[in-house]
Amino acid sequence: MAGGQERVLRRRIRSIQSTKKITRAMELIAASRIVRAQQAIAAARPYVEKMAEIVGHLADTPDGRDHPLFRRPETLRRAALIVVAGDRGLSGAYNSSVLRAAERRIRELEGVGAEVAVVAVGRKVGNYFRYRHRDPVAVFTGIADRPGPEDAKAVVEAVIGAYTSGELDEIDLVYTNFESIGRQRVLSRSLVPIERAGAAGASGGAGPREPGAEPGPGADAATRSVDYEYEPGPAELLDYLLPNWLQGEMLAALLSASASEHVARQRAMKAATDNAEELITNLTRVMNRARQDAITTEIMEIVGGAEALREGTDESAVHLESYEDPDAA
Amino acid sequence: MATTEVEVVSPTKVLFEGGAEMVVTRSVDGEIAFLADHVALLAALDICVTRIVAPGGAETRIAIAGGLVEVRDNKVSILAADAALADDIDLDAARAELQEAEQRQPDPSDPAAVAAAATAIRRAQVRLEAAGSGGSGAGGSAH
Repeated sequence: MAGGQERVLRRRIRSIQSTKKITRAMELIAASRIVRAQQAIAAARPYVEKMAEIVGHLADTPDGRDHPLFRRPETLRRAALIVVAGDRGLSGAYNSSVLRAAERRIRELEGVGAEVAVVAVGRKVGNYFRYRHRDPVAVFTGIADRPGPEDAKAVVEAVIGAYTSGELDEIDLVYTNFESIGRQRVLSRSLVPIERAGAAGASGGAGPREPGAEPGPGADAATRSVDYEYEPGPAELLDYLLPNWLQGEMLAALLSASASEHVARQRAMKAATDNAEELITNLTRVMNRARQDAITTEIMEIVGGAEALREGTDESAVHLESYEDPDAA
Repeated sequence: MATTEVEVVSPTKVLFEGGAEMVVTRSVDGEIAFLADHVALLAALDICVTRIVAPGGAETRIAIAGGLVEVRDNKVSILAADAALADDIDLDAARAELQEAEQRQPDPSDPAAVAAAATAIRRAQVRLEAAGSGGSGAGGSAH
């Protein structure tokens, strides 16, 4: 029946309206978090850059050359892959593009005969790999939203022991790099061993990074000209620095990923809100037409009924004529 | 008196930036002080209170939980794994922290846990020391 259709439409519009309220709220929350995440990235940058500069310099000392930090074994036996994505969905392609890049990296590593252990940051990552029977060696949840130095430390501690003991030959990282509000890219790169700064071309292969990760040619020349005194020696310093440096890199990656996630969520939720608005407009139009149709049909029924009555009795026909007129015109 | 440029950064913020007459900190090998034009140096830092003496004699105290110091071109850069300005440390919170750290009973068979517990105590002591309650902090640094 016609009235029934109108009621169905009204109910749908109401449900879309409440969905729109939710997506709008999520959009606003994500937008406010982007600002905070960007501030955190800016706050961490001086530390991360300086640390990279110093590690780069130590790499050039004779004692540093043989350090595990730079040791690249001839055959890759075991590698760890740290995959950083989100705890929650509703963020467009954010999680899936990271997971796709992770899959690609795993295939590459397995292609050269390495065994790959996954470290998952974000519930979505853990679930993805568990479902595919590649149980992560560690899953970190609840840190993707607002990562801090302790979180970076925890992630690093999950792999550092195995690396220093020689059990792991390589630690790789897949995350979304926050370049600007308008641009985030999924990066897949090797954390350790560090590419030698000397092989400038090779270090570029590790993928573009925050400035300073591989000290630029200018900075490099500047540090090389300095003759440091070391306390303790360069090798011991590198031992001491390895976890600190990794934590700095990890923190930068976590912060970058978190900012990217908020941007992705804001964008996805804006699209959802816009879409809901459009749906509501269209449905309201359809509903109005349905209501109009129902009214017209009712009038037609009345008129039809009146016509039928006039055939029978003349008095009632005169009475009804005045009703019929405006509509007929 | 000549000054040296000083920068103290932690992963979450820049704690100090500016000129200073002297910087006193402690590396893993012992206490070191930097005056202007110190020789280029890279050193690992202990958990300690770092003091920065400004040209007027004003002193900034920062609790540092390990890190690294780099000196070159008359610039002292301290990279702290974790750091707090003395003024930002809440004395009561720091005391509670120390108490909690001291009460923790690590499993004696696990050397990593024992070391972590000792570090936590040391950190809390240094924070207290930086915040001004020198007594317990001095006792801590002797051990």
